[in-house]
Amino acid sequence: MAKNIRDAFSNGKAFIPFITAGDPTLEVTEELVLAMADAGASLIEIGIPFSDPTAEGPVIMAANERSLAQGTTTDKVFEMVANIRKHSDIPLVFMTYANVVYSYGSDRFATRAEELGVSGVILPDVPYEEREEFKEDLNAHNVALISMIAPTSDERIAMIAGEAEGFLYIVSSLGVTGTRDSITSDIASMVKRVREASDIPCAVGFGISSPEQAKAMADISDGAIVGSAIVRLCGQYGKDCVPYIKDFVKSFTDKLAE
Amino acid sequence: MMADRKGRFGQHGGQYIPETLMNAVLELEEAYEHYKNDPEFNRELDELLNSYGGRPSRLYYAQRMTEDLGGARIYLKREDLNHTGAHKINNVLGQALLAKKMGKTRLIAETGAGQHGVATATAAALMGMECVVFMGKEDTIRQALNVYRMKLLGATVIPVESGTATLKDACSAAFKEWTGRIEDTHYCLGSVMGPHPFPTIVRDFQAVISKEIKEQCLEAEGRLPDAVLACVGGGSNAIGSFYNFINDTDVRLIGCEAAGRGVNTAETAATIATGKLGIFHGMKSYFCQDEYGQIAPVYSISAGLDYPGIGPEHANLYDTGRAEYVPVTDEEAVQAFEYLARTEGIIPAIESAHAVAHAMKIVPQMDKDKIVVITISGRGDKDCAAIARYRGEQINE
Repeated sequence: MAKNIRDAFSNGKAFIPFITAGDPTLEVTEELVLAMADAGASLIEIGIPFSDPTAEGPVIMAANERSLAQGTTTDKVFEMVANIRKHSDIPLVFMTYANVVYSYGSDRFATRAEELGVSGVILPDVPYEEREEFKEDLNAHNVALISMIAPTSDERIAMIAGEAEGFLYIVSSLGVTGTRDSITSDIASMVKRVREASDIPCAVGFGISSPEQAKAMADISDGAIVGSAIVRLCGQYGKDCVPYIKDFVKSFTDKLAE
Repeated sequence: MMADRKGRFGQHGGQYIPETLMNAVLELEEAYEHYKNDPEFNRELDELLNSYGGRPSRLYYAQRMTEDLGGARIYLKREDLNHTGAHKINNVLGQALLAKKMGKTRLIAETGAGQHGVATATAAALMGMECVVFMGKEDTIRQALNVYRMKLLGATVIPVESGTATLKDACSAAFKEWTGRIEDTHYCLGSVMGPHPFPTIVRDFQAVISKEIKEQCLEAEGRLPDAVLACVGGGSNAIGSFYNFINDTDVRLIGCEAAGRGVNTAETAATIATGKLGIFHGMKSYFCQDEYGQIAPVYSISAGLDYPGIGPEHANLYDTGRAEYVPVTDEEAVQAFEYLARTEGIIPAIESAHAVAHAMKIVPQMDKDKIVVITISGRGDKDCAAIARYRGEQINE
């Protein structure tokens, strides 16, 4: 049986890389997941591409476009994950948009995710107020609907954390995904407010591009999420990206292990 | 069971947006709930709409068109005569005033045909606010004149090159901009779409159209119209034209969607005719999409109707059968554009021409004692060059 989110946070600080499935191809995505698992990733976020990814900056948006242009579909992503599961039990979560799950049917989507040992789904366009749309079907299949909190969440943090499942995704900065030179939000006090309401693990994402930044974020939480900085390498190296990304991920996991 | 049915129209609507924006929409809702009943706010808004916006707009009896079609009596609701040449100013003056009361100093907006962008740039100039308008690259070419107007009014126009480089992408870009800068910025959404409370706010500010139609029709004819027609993209002029008639169930409400090259082709933007239920741009509603929920690249000659979704209240009016939605092709709209120009001396926006086109189909079948109102949501000057090109004539703007 595949490992789950709890396992991902049970062994020191978690490092969570994100890649868009099908960028540059689904075959390369499969290799990438195995390589990143080898490089010490704790949990991997697999993005199912969407035509209009409204929470993404230009790097991941371009990856979504490249993937869809290749003919990637939700069913093909599931097939790819089935292949991964022949070789790896690494904890996995899907990251996509509400309409991808809604159009597939949330029960049908959750059934497939459970079969594939995918333990959570991140939907950045589904806030606390709309979570019931998906939560019941996902939970019925032991798939967590992962909640996010943002620098603007303020008094909403306790409410969100109180019902959060899997892990809590702390959005480090305003705006869309993408690398940033510095993260100015007071992440430590956000984590403190979460801790007052829940013992759920917290991972920080959006804007992290260097091992040092990741270490700083993981030191004040339970882990760091890196997306755009990795996806940029997919765009830069195309089908040759696997060794570059493996080394890149290793530089983060080494730093977090210090 | 849904935990919170706020902002729903039947099964449609909701607030499907990133957590980062949640407090912004909650703050907006709170401010709107306060100011909508505030006499001073309403007095200021009425003053702006009337002395600056040019309201009330005329309900004009189109005698020549009526005689020519030989059926129902046709009235045109002349939103094209408003300041800035379209109904968009009604909503923008309301939202800009609200934003100002909320202490915001910067307005951002999406625009398709450019009419909402021009209206937002106008309100920003009037109220001394900064303005940034997102417009699909494709549309900046189709509607070059409006780009210049916005710049003239002091706004910054950002061409959006992602996706299909049209209204949907402009809207995504504006949402992203708002996610990154909330403190001083109000997103002045131009249609009855997006997350709650936008569909309600925009509807309320546009409802003045049907309020006036009702009064003016009673004044002219002593009774309500038998049918009200309006074009529908996101659906703001249509909901404005329908809203005060929703409980008058004898009044047919007909929304005219852009069918582009036809609903049986891939080049269409007719959401009710070709879309299915989905979740996008903050709302649950009908969207043109593929079997995996990927939003379809839609097409219409009209940049203002070139949107893959429809506002949630329209989706519900469709579900309940209270309103009808019909597709109108590019060719039909262009013929109506030319027809209204020649018959009444009124050049409608190509968007509004979709409603005129459907009226031309149904009016001859109606008795002469029936009354039809067509909302002319905007003026067509902006479209002349594109229609000339459609007809194979090259002109310099």
